[in-house]
Amino acid sequence: MSILQDFDYFKPTTIEFAIDLISNNKNATILAGGTDLIVNLKEGTATPEIVVDIKSLKDLKKIEFKDNCLIIGALVTFTDLLESVVIKEKFPLVWEVSKTVASVGIRNRATMVGNICSAVPCLDSGPLLCVYEADVNVRSSKGKRKIPIKDWFLGNKKTALKHGELVTHISIPFPNQKTGGCYVRLGRYCGEDLAQVNVALLAFANNAYRIAFGAVAPTPLRANKIESFLNGKKINDHLIEQAKELIPDEISPITDIRATKEYRMHMAKVMFERGIKTAVERLNGDGLEYGESLV
Amino acid sequence: MKKKITFLLNSETRSIEVESGDILLDVLRDKLGIKTPKIGCDMGDCGSCTVMLDGKTVKSCLVLALEVEGQEVTTLEGLMKDGMTPLQQTFHDFNSFQCGFCTPGMVLSATELINKNPKPNRKEIQEALSGNLCRCTGYIPIIEAVEDLIGKGKGEGKEKG
Ligand code: FES
Ligand code: FES
Repeated sequence: MSILQDFDYFKPTTIEFAIDLISNNKNATILAGGTDLIVNLKEGTATPEIVVDIKSLKDLKKIEFKDNCLIIGALVTFTDLLESVVIKEKFPLVWEVSKTVASVGIRNRATMVGNICSAVPCLDSGPLLCVYEADVNVRSSKGKRKIPIKDWFLGNKKTALKHGELVTHISIPFPNQKTGGCYVRLGRYCGEDLAQVNVALLAFANNAYRIAFGAVAPTPLRANKIESFLNGKKINDHLIEQAKELIPDEISPITDIRATKEYRMHMAKVMFERGIKTAVERLNGDGLEYGESLV
Repeated sequence: MKKKITFLLNSETRSIEVESGDILLDVLRDKLGIKTPKIGCDMGDCGSCTVMLDGKTVKSCLVLALEVEGQEVTTLEGLMKDGMTPLQQTFHDFNSFQCGFCTPGMVLSATELINKNPKPNRKEIQEALSGNLCRCTGYIPIIEAVEDLIGKGKGEGKEKG
């Protein structure tokens, strides 16, 4: 099925020209992997006048680890992340999340930056970047700007990106102490299914915890109450039971075609329990290998 | 907006004029006579339109024709220049298809897997094929064919075949 909307296609070779194009046109869309955009174009939910394909901007294709900070460029696909040694060794949670994204044919095209720009509530990268307290780095003709991930997601498919801005990369600070992580994602089947609930967890050596849920509110969210309840404590079964009681205060799932709100609420508790246990086990050097599914 | 694109299709240089909204899958099928990629869901969910772009599988229903300018597109036709590939032969031996609609995509996805990882285990095979839906076989004969090809199967299909 071809796209009915008539648009002009540009493939700039410099960032400056790309930014020119998007700032001088009210109705411009960025194209990277296209796995969301092309669907939206076909369905008529995206109706741009110009499409700016950024795949020639080679500078945006890099994964880099320097000054204790991980850079994930706007053209880095989930396959690139899975094949990166730095990711596997230093950010195994990023690796684990990338592995759950759709299937190979999508991961070969889809980018993490594209994922957070689409900003659908069930996005896989959302909870992950929340627990790492990542920043989204954007550029426009006025200069550069760094947006903390907590201020990035504004609602279903809404982000803090302004007209004329291009996301160049995501930056993730390397945790200043040892961590164990876990990502648990619930879908109906493996492959192109969207998450019904997802949760990312990081357990730190000093008994601090970061927990973020996805698909249970319009945006991914940090479970602040649970975090402050758990912080400083060593995890045990009793604590986990108490923490589970706090989940209904944190999330507000809805019923849709994929699951009911009651099911999502129930599963959020189950997934939290398995996830926190695994994160702590991994912190202590055992537990399931990264990439093994817990549901 | 009409534009001319030039790209490698199954090792041959092809040039063709396309509209900005033309999808690679449709251009291959309707304008270039390449019929192994199939139109299933047309939304990136089923994998029947799988082709290789610079050696990596992609869903051609989610690619603008304009995007492949200067790149290399490979379809099953390209892999079969000297007749059936060993993997296709194994699919044949194991009855790994009924209607065959999913087969070209399955073969390409499995080919990419074996190129990257010559001895995948069953889980890795399942994972690599999870973006390709099959509504006929129940997947088992497909997985067994791949296992047989890499020398991990029981060889049953061949005896039966
Ligand atoms: S037709 Fe492309 S994935 Fe279904
Ligand atoms: S053989 Fe019919 S869909 Fe797979």
